[in-house]
Amino acid sequence: MLTVSTGNKAVAMAVRQAKPAVVAAYPITPQTEIVESIADYVTAKELSTRYIAVESEHSAMAACIGASATGVRTFTATSSHGLLYMHEMTNFAAGARLPIVMANVNRSLGPGWNIWAEHTDAMQERDTGWLQVYVATVQEAYDATLMAFRIAEHNDVLLPVMINLDGFLLSHIMQPLDTTDPGDFIPPIHLPHAIDVSNPKGYGGLTGPEEHFKFKWDIERSMRDSVKVIEETQAEFSRRFGRKYGFTEDYWCEDADVVILSLGTFGKESEVAVDNLRREGIRAGSMRVRWFRPFPHLDLKGRDVVVLDRDYSFGFGGVLAKSIEAKNKVDIYSVIAGLGGQEVTYDDIAGFVKQRRMGEESWFGVSGNV
Amino acid sequence: MFEIRIHSRGGQGGVTAARLIALAAIRDGKYATAFPFYGAERRGAPVVSFVRIDDKPIRVYSQIRQPDMVIVLDTSVMETVDVLHGLKAGGTVFVNSAHPPDFKSVRSYHVDLTGIALRENLVVAGSPILNTPVLGALAKLKIITVSSAKTAIAEMFSDERNIKAAEAAYQEMVA
Repeated sequence: MLTVSTGNKAVAMAVRQAKPAVVAAYPITPQTEIVESIADYVTAKELSTRYIAVESEHSAMAACIGASATGVRTFTATSSHGLLYMHEMTNFAAGARLPIVMANVNRSLGPGWNIWAEHTDAMQERDTGWLQVYVATVQEAYDATLMAFRIAEHNDVLLPVMINLDGFLLSHIMQPLDTTDPGDFIPPIHLPHAIDVSNPKGYGGLTGPEEHFKFKWDIERSMRDSVKVIEETQAEFSRRFGRKYGFTEDYWCEDADVVILSLGTFGKESEVAVDNLRREGIRAGSMRVRWFRPFPHLDLKGRDVVVLDRDYSFGFGGVLAKSIEAKNKVDIYSVIAGLGGQEVTYDDIAGFVKQRRMGEESWFGVSGNV
Repeated sequence: MFEIRIHSRGGQGGVTAARLIALAAIRDGKYATAFPFYGAERRGAPVVSFVRIDDKPIRVYSQIRQPDMVIVLDTSVMETVDVLHGLKAGGTVFVNSAHPPDFKSVRSYHVDLTGIALRENLVVAGSPILNTPVLGALAKLKIITVSSAKTAIAEMFSDERNIKAAEAAYQEMVA
């Protein structure tokens, strides 16, 4: 059914259809509408989820871990400092191979205090073993949430999935949303190592130096296997519901001399920049990276690459730019833009492309740079 | 693409107005997005929200700099905010007022939404509701259709006085 929705509400509606057994959450701007809506569904008996209102994000993730370990579907949502407060537990969730699904509404980290969009929060979780997908429309937030449960709970994956959406830019915008009855798209969860009181086992025990690395390798093996599961899930989603998703969203890339790479809503704004650049005779393209973990293979050979990073790793560089550089051995013009919700227009993005200095890094709005 | 900027005060329903306009445009078969600018404002502070309407999917997320139309739900905002800032040449201004606004060389329209809301007893927590009657004014300007305006209001609000107020705004506005 075609309706209008915010990004937050779209996530909540998808969760309602995925029917998790447990949602444990703590509110934080700009995510609150997600868990508030889910709490409303539970109160209205539209969703028979056990909603646990906890006292912190650390507890939210701990409660999801406990619930998930019993083999039931679990969901939570957070943002920014809330995500960082979970950090110890996010590692535990991946290490214990629990397919928890979480929406993270990307927001900057203080101080200086700021509630607007930035990807640094999720980037600080990139080494935890969580799969990460970044979405750019309200429809995609809904679709990716439905797919996240199927991917996380797949027997070849059994790792948690984080859906990332830009704070306010996507969490609070109203866009058309086509809601769908997912039917049996998300199969019933079956966790092979679920706690079974009639068959007691030890969990979370000490692993010595001769065993520990095997568990880590097992995470990486599943992360690699997840590529195929993501592809299959996205193909099946397209077959059933008609909307196509890939590891990246490519726009006019085939013949492009210069490709703009970005995450989240930047990718859509970049498409408008590409249209305008092409009208000026500049063969530009946009490649929006959707899956950041597992990191996709990108075909960038022979093109100038302009990377927009709404994040930063101090003393190193833009995380997306550096990741692409490491994986692809290409020359990059790295633009750090949009931190803390800094306004970046399609004209600004077209400007980055026209003034690109390959091999260099620029901070948008900082004197002496772009 | 048709771009609208709405000026109001926090708590007056400017954000909901933007959502209703977008919903009505979508019911007209168009694409639309609505979004507020979230600053540090609180109740009573001047706020802006935005609507984009187009025949194709909208990919722009940055703020509207050159609106085709400006809506002023509270004229007292004009004492501190230049509501015409960036308005496109040939753009339109709609003002919630019983009197014609004093804009030179700008096409402007007005209707007393506050008066209509009070007359219809459309008041919540002591404040007249402006975001549903404003759809009547926009329908009169043919930005949305009358039937979609009513559909959008009915989808978001069950109180029929909202539709009556929108109808009154449609009737009373001179366009």
